[in-house]
Amino acid sequence: MRKSSLRLLGAGLVAALALTACGSSGGGQTDVKVAENPKFPAGSSMEKFAKAKKIKIGIKFDQPGIGYKKPGTDTPTGFDVAMAEIIAGGMGIEPKNIEWVETVSKNREPFLQKGTVDLVLASYSITPERRQVVGQAGPYFVTGQGLLIRKDDKSIKSGADLKGKKVCSVTGSTSLKQVEEKYGANPAPFGSYSECVTQLKNKSVDAVTTDEAILQGYAAEDKDLVTVGKPFTEERYGIGFKKGDTGMCKYLTDSINKSVSDGDWKKAFDATLGKATDVKAPAAPKPDPSCQ
Amino acid sequence: MNVLIDNLPKIISGFWLTVQLLVVSGIVATLLGTLLAGMRVSPVPVLQRAGTAYVTVFRNTPLLIVFLIIVTGLPAVGLQYSFFVRAIISLSLYTSAFVCEALRSGINAIQAGQAEAARAIGMTFGQSLRLIVLPQAFRAVVPPLASILIALTKNTAIAEVFGVTEASYQLDSLVRDFPTALWWLFAGIAFGYMIIVFLIAGGASLLERRWTVTR
Repeated sequence: MRKSSLRLLGAGLVAALALTACGSSGGGQTDVKVAENPKFPAGSSMEKFAKAKKIKIGIKFDQPGIGYKKPGTDTPTGFDVAMAEIIAGGMGIEPKNIEWVETVSKNREPFLQKGTVDLVLASYSITPERRQVVGQAGPYFVTGQGLLIRKDDKSIKSGADLKGKKVCSVTGSTSLKQVEEKYGANPAPFGSYSECVTQLKNKSVDAVTTDEAILQGYAAEDKDLVTVGKPFTEERYGIGFKKGDTGMCKYLTDSINKSVSDGDWKKAFDATLGKATDVKAPAAPKPDPSCQ
Repeated sequence: MNVLIDNLPKIISGFWLTVQLLVVSGIVATLLGTLLAGMRVSPVPVLQRAGTAYVTVFRNTPLLIVFLIIVTGLPAVGLQYSFFVRAIISLSLYTSAFVCEALRSGINAIQAGQAEAARAIGMTFGQSLRLIVLPQAFRAVVPPLASILIALTKNTAIAEVFGVTEASYQLDSLVRDFPTALWWLFAGIAFGYMIIVFLIAGGASLLERRWTVTR
């Protein structure tokens, strides 16, 4: 009863409740190695963070499996969170000493520029435009626009099956334009991804589209949903830092490479996004060698 | 400017949906609102209270919440309509409460003697309402009804986050594709809404002049 009346109050709340019921994953679940007395060049920002033993990291709070904060809890969970803990651990910072700051898509660059956050791991695609104003190391994960459908719907196997189907994404998003122009889908704009998932579950729409990693997060939380087909764009998630900090860029790139080679990257993936059915750890990413 | 001309088909298709939302929910809301006004002035206490309860609920609930309830709630109880129909239902339920109250004020403006005279010549409540009271009440409330329709025109924009690709949705998509033409796009879409609003306002003042009753 309580649940059904909440549903009437807000689709977002419903999704949040449903997710709560299914339990969550990520942060703190992979035993993060915290370096003891790591050495950094004098005057570098890594030395500063290592000495202070704390750091401010911007993440998303509303993307299950990637960056997600369960209502009523203090610690976020997800792949971005797990990666952030690995990065901070390398500087000798305990996960509990990381200050998590919510960054939404629009405020990531200003937060980095103003120093509101020190790093950003928030499904933050690397683009040339963004690299003009902030630094982006990585990618630590490569995804692309994908499709989320109901498991019992056998009529959609890839983007090519979308003609005339109702496809949901956030109002005004590029994802919606892609499926409309590329595959002739009928766009069904909604206010948020969680509302789209609600409409998918009650069969008002046939598919939800955005970055596949985000969709995999929803699939991991709900056994009736599944992602299908190959991603039809490429999004490379990078770690945002203040522009011009080449020392930090080098440290981040080395940390990503190290986490891939010693297996921490795969552990982080398996504990978060990898929980989704049918999703295996993708090939490990190769960060751009040159730092910008 | 070119961005408006180049994308005219998209803009027109968006406004076509907006006009459909407006006309259909406007008609439904007027019919429902008239029924509710009749209930509120009827001599039957149960109908009176039901009408009052309806108006209190829908006039005090933000339209966004009404949309959320209808769009998410209907499928939850097994009623599967298109997003367009769900938008019509939301807009009509909400707007009819305001139509009811405007009309009730019109009914109150009519001298009690009119209804009493109708009763005296043996008309039932229904007949007196239909033949004597409501026709006069409608004449008295043309301006407030026009205001409600104008508000409804703008309220249709909420449907853009509930699955309907109407004019405001087209604005959002065009701003995404042509961020440099922001002001042209805003001005163009606003102009479209203004045309609709002017038509309603013009129609209302025409009716007002035709229907003026000297008392």
